[in-house]
Amino acid sequence: MIETEFAVVGAGPAGLSAALEAGRAGVQTLLMDDNQAPGGQLVKQIHKFFGSKEHWASERGIDIGDKLLVQAQKAGVRVMLDTVVWGIFNGGKILAIKQGDRNRQVLAQKILLATGASENPLAFPGWTLPGVLGAGAAQTLVNLHRVLPGTRVLMVGAGNVGLIVAYQLLQAGARVVAVVEALPTIGGYGVHASKIRRMGVPILTGHTVKEASGNAEVERATVVRLDDRGAPLPGAEREFEVDTICIAVGLHPLAELAWICGCQFAYIPELGGHVPVHAENMETTVPGVYVAGDVAGIEEATVAMEEGRLTGVDVARCLGYISDRRAETLRGEIQARIELIRTGPFGDALKEGKEKLIERRG
Amino acid sequence: MRESLSKTGVLTKEDLAQSPGVPSEERMEKGPVAYIECMEEIPCDPCQYVCPKGAITVGKQIIELPVLDEQKCDGCGICIPICPGLAIFVVDKGYSDREALVGVPYEMLPLPKAGMKVHGVDREGKAVCEARVVKLLNPKKFDRTALVYLAVPKELALDVRHFTVMEGEE
Repeated sequence: MIETEFAVVGAGPAGLSAALEAGRAGVQTLLMDDNQAPGGQLVKQIHKFFGSKEHWASERGIDIGDKLLVQAQKAGVRVMLDTVVWGIFNGGKILAIKQGDRNRQVLAQKILLATGASENPLAFPGWTLPGVLGAGAAQTLVNLHRVLPGTRVLMVGAGNVGLIVAYQLLQAGARVVAVVEALPTIGGYGVHASKIRRMGVPILTGHTVKEASGNAEVERATVVRLDDRGAPLPGAEREFEVDTICIAVGLHPLAELAWICGCQFAYIPELGGHVPVHAENMETTVPGVYVAGDVAGIEEATVAMEEGRLTGVDVARCLGYISDRRAETLRGEIQARIELIRTGPFGDALKEGKEKLIERRG
Repeated sequence: MRESLSKTGVLTKEDLAQSPGVPSEERMEKGPVAYIECMEEIPCDPCQYVCPKGAITVGKQIIELPVLDEQKCDGCGICIPICPGLAIFVVDKGYSDREALVGVPYEMLPLPKAGMKVHGVDREGKAVCEARVVKLLNPKKFDRTALVYLAVPKELALDVRHFTVMEGEE
């Protein structure tokens, strides 16, 4: 049995930031991740980030992960990679982990679940053919493993993930024949859309994929225009010769550990579906168990980092490493930065979603 | 959000005429100046801190649009690689009698070489003219976003925003 004051599950932007904040305050912190490298999704985010200086604006995600890790290690955080956390017991006090071939337990006073998100699937005739894959999976293949999933790609979904991955597939040498979006408008940032438009990629709003076909693998995609109510218009089909169809239709919280330990959930569509209910300090309805980052509602990595910091501060306060007053000051600063991110046309819905979530707890 | 941008991903000239980041015709004739195509309220502000002349102001709220002070801006182009949206360009309509110079951010490989002939490409991805790579800046501090200066026909200075390498020029 490993004993620690604070155990963090997931070394993405939220987990790294929480471990760093707690470690700095003197909390004995253990950070675990099932991947071989820390950073979560940052390891494949080769684009420059938006935001302010505090949010590493203009730095590439791949570099942010490395820097956070160095800072966390300097702060005395113990990092265990290649470590799967598969269970949580005793009311959220004991984690069951598998490290290589070895099963072990971790006993912790406070636990953060920073397990991130998973891609939503989209079912349509032919969706099980080889060549249909998640946009995130394509991004991993290209940016981490340097393998092109195909040479002619149809991207389904014009949120930020769809737009960014389309751009990165172009950078890797693929041809993106089109981005289709079922909604009447592009969901992601206009600048991401503009980037691929000037590289010759059409964005078809009010369109979706109807069918993938081919012999043993994807050879064609049939795309159809939708009416105002989202129903396919008869006769408005178009065919694209493609070998790859990437699905980028949103993410949902990867919250199995929170379910297992009995956290209360709420269904908040703006935040990606079923989300563990949590307070402003990021603690769930199970005392001592926190959530931060995408598992606490799908948002940007910048918010994930801030939520991680909120957790780190609260853990340090609870364990007596910082005073209530100091914690209050730090929390105020972090909250102010989150408020700034959650303003504007993209932030409003997220803010509303979070408010609903926090109300349910109060 | 601009309707055109949210529907097509392309800003129209009418949209851009209303952008607080776009310089006047007069200023562009005088020499290089930033041309900021950022028209959506997203939380982002590194451009205002990188400018050594203080020519870009986002304001207190991080989601406000960047405002260009065209008199302070000397068109150095340092804001181009810092913009994560690749939404800033440099335009110099006084480059020569017939040509304008357009600086564009570029993150593709291989990088072009000075002197190379390329297709000048507009916001919709259409090749609209022949252009020439005049110079390329790619120092370490640009962090792998190169700044490529293209000589384009003067009348297309506000159209060309990208380029593709011509066959046989690689």
